[in-house]
Amino acid sequence: MRGEVGFPVRVCFTKQGKVRFISHRDVARAFERAFRIETLPLSFTQGFSPRPKVSFGLALSVGHESDAEFLDLELAEQIGLEELPALLSRSLPEGIEVRAVQALADRAPALQEAVSAVEWEIEVIPARAGVEASPDVVNDRVHAVLQSTTLVVERVRKGRTSSEDIRPVLRRITVLGPTERGTLVGVELSTRPTSVRPAELVAVLSPDFCEGRVRRTGQWIERGEERLEPLTADPRIAVEARAS
Amino acid sequence: MTTLWPRIEPLLAGVEKPARYIGMERGSRVPNHRPGSVSWLLVYPDTYEIGLPNQGLQILYEILNERADAAAERSYAPWLDMAAALREHAVPLFSVDTHRAAADFDVVAFNLSAELVYTNLLECLDLAGIPVRGIQRDVEDPIVVAGGHCVFNPEPMADFVDAFVIGDGEEPVGEMTEVVGAWKRAGRPGGREAVLRELASVVGVYVPSMYEVTYDGPAIVATTPRYSDVPAVVDKRTVADLADWPYPREQLVPLIEVVHDRLNVEIFRGCTRGCRFCQAGMITRPVRERPAEQVRAMVEQGLARTGYDEVALTSLSSADFSGIDSLVAGLVSDQVGCGNVGVSLPSLRVDAFTVGIASEIQKVRRTGLTFAPEGGSWRLRQVINKLITEDDLYAAVEGAYSQGWRRVKLYFLVGLPTEMDEDTLGIAELARNVVKIGKQHTKQASATVSVGGFVPKAHTPFQWFGQNGVDELRRKINMLRDSLRKSAANVKWHEPQATFVEGIASRGDRRIGAVIERVWRAGGTFQEWSEHFRLDRWLDAMAAEGLDPDWYVTRHRTEDEVLPWDHIAAGLHRDFLWQDWQASLAAHGLPDCRWTPCYDCGVCTDYALEHVVASSVAPAGGSQGTGQNLSWGAAVPISLGPTRSPVVT
Repeated sequence: MRGEVGFPVRVCFTKQGKVRFISHRDVARAFERAFRIETLPLSFTQGFSPRPKVSFGLALSVGHESDAEFLDLELAEQIGLEELPALLSRSLPEGIEVRAVQALADRAPALQEAVSAVEWEIEVIPARAGVEASPDVVNDRVHAVLQSTTLVVERVRKGRTSSEDIRPVLRRITVLGPTERGTLVGVELSTRPTSVRPAELVAVLSPDFCEGRVRRTGQWIERGEERLEPLTADPRIAVEARAS
Repeated sequence: MTTLWPRIEPLLAGVEKPARYIGMERGSRVPNHRPGSVSWLLVYPDTYEIGLPNQGLQILYEILNERADAAAERSYAPWLDMAAALREHAVPLFSVDTHRAAADFDVVAFNLSAELVYTNLLECLDLAGIPVRGIQRDVEDPIVVAGGHCVFNPEPMADFVDAFVIGDGEEPVGEMTEVVGAWKRAGRPGGREAVLRELASVVGVYVPSMYEVTYDGPAIVATTPRYSDVPAVVDKRTVADLADWPYPREQLVPLIEVVHDRLNVEIFRGCTRGCRFCQAGMITRPVRERPAEQVRAMVEQGLARTGYDEVALTSLSSADFSGIDSLVAGLVSDQVGCGNVGVSLPSLRVDAFTVGIASEIQKVRRTGLTFAPEGGSWRLRQVINKLITEDDLYAAVEGAYSQGWRRVKLYFLVGLPTEMDEDTLGIAELARNVVKIGKQHTKQASATVSVGGFVPKAHTPFQWFGQNGVDELRRKINMLRDSLRKSAANVKWHEPQATFVEGIASRGDRRIGAVIERVWRAGGTFQEWSEHFRLDRWLDAMAAEGLDPDWYVTRHRTEDEVLPWDHIAAGLHRDFLWQDWQASLAAHGLPDCRWTPCYDCGVCTDYALEHVVASSVAPAGGSQGTGQNLSWGAAVPISLGPTRSPVVT
């Protein structure tokens, strides 16, 4: 159980440059190695094959960059956290940089459940020769899509095709400007009731478009009217006594 | 020279596992390409996941980068999708370190560990824009080098490789760097011919274009040097003392999952067991152990630096390391780093002692344990000199199941010399008994029998043996499957058609080069991947070249036949190998020479290593598999001399 015996910590990190081509699982393995290199006193699960208590937030696809990824870990003993970002960064692959860490309150909600909104910067590029993805062309499509009331996409999961309306999770699409190959758009999406991949969103804009560079720029935990950064959403209060 | 990364990056969105092509591993070097220094591209001609862990390549990568006059980078065979993308966008093969074009390097060196990757070497050269045949290259093209176990018969690749390195590469790569560097700085006088001739004088380096092969019909008459300063016989190189070479110091830690994804520490090279089918055991002699203190230091530093939680102590038979039990106990007790560290011994001997060590180091996750009795009957195991008795095997298996392992995997070869159906059915008998023993301990007990077709290799006593054909191997495998149909043991096997092609390449001569090129031109890359292998491509190519596959594969050779690799010396006397072949046919085993009088195989003589190798202490855990009755800790009489072939029956 998180927080019962150890000291939970939330870690914010980036995934930028060449390293964006490794998978979510590879990132997890890189962190596990970095924890061992830096001899971090992690808590381990009980049982037949003990695992370090680390849980990752939303997955990031192979090829996508991010300014704001998160993971929670649990330390078996309390250590100073000031040095932790630098120590972990030096033992992680280039491009994965720990930006900040934050001691987490006991029993803070898990990242995967708590994060309710995600922001992206998506480069929209022509899907083939002879079509255009200039800011004007993309802007027209963005307006059309935002004015629609339903946007049904076909999804294949475990061999079964289903139709889902993704319109409710589109919060914002803004044309930010031209890129060398196409147009950069800023997007904000809800994570519920369904999650939308950037490629799906681009395909919904137009079959003439496909995704170029994709970067996650932010994640949000929303509670009522509050909109919180995951790092600071559930801090352990510094003076909080560890009661029982 | 510039990086190709901006042209490679857009291709990565469309290929499987793009991280194969990005480099960035912990331990990778920033190469220092100085003017006048020699740049090496070290290529493993298979996928990144298979090639990255290769220790030989990593060792040379470090040694070269430590030199002031050299820089080394790495490359791996691009998978089919990437190869197609590179061709479509006219991007050449590149290094993963700084994404430089392969053709910009002075030397492009390949590791050849298996025959079925030969066509991939041609594919890599072609993707690099380097002419595949040595004779077509000009002075600006890189020098193409190959090393690894396969080059002990270099002839099938002689048309494509400018220089082969026979044996341990640690020392020759430095000497070759000096030769190439001097030539390059002098403005490449005399062109390729001059530098290749100079390389031919480096001990251990074989330059095939400096040799002429003469034939009488299909038979080889001789392989002779073209010039008097080119050696008639090329001796392999051997690093005398592993303690001088604590490499890799900084093992590469890949970002994606690869085979053998753990810290690997080589504890010794060579093997004295004398298994007659095993080329590695023959060509890597003599045994050279790394000092236990150095092993401990490499494990400790390696784990601390890589963050791995598993270390493998690698060798051809790790339980034979002097004092393996105390080494392992020490590693297990002083846990390094954070969390639990697993220790594994990849080449397990078949005996109860070994299982004892395994249980010492594998406290958790006891799922599967692998043993390799190789032959199905005691008679056949004497033929192949794998002197494991049934009692040894059953004791090992009893030990495994009783200590909590649930799955036992047994490796066997079929198509061995003198093999009869009763030997093949003996595999089934062993497997049934193994399952029976397992069921006494756990209901979940299972056994897997893994069967490979035997391919005779150069520089072994079986180099004269006619390999079993495809039909015969298939018949034996089917017989075994039928016999085990109702058993809890399941059978896995290597495709006999692939075994046949391995046979063409393993004992082929220079004429096979044209076959390899035809297969590559017909699209036959990644032949070790069953979904890309097609026997007919090989048979068509053989037919087109007027070559008879059976002459190469299934024909027995005679003592006086000139073999294609006779001008390459692995250190073993040819008459030792022939005598051992004759002893084999008489089902006579040859006890492990580490604990018996020397048989004068020829290898140790040059290194004055007799006393390092011959052990006065019986093997840890007793004499299992040595062919002798030795009790642990007792003194073993050592005598050196001409005594030859005392046999056990």
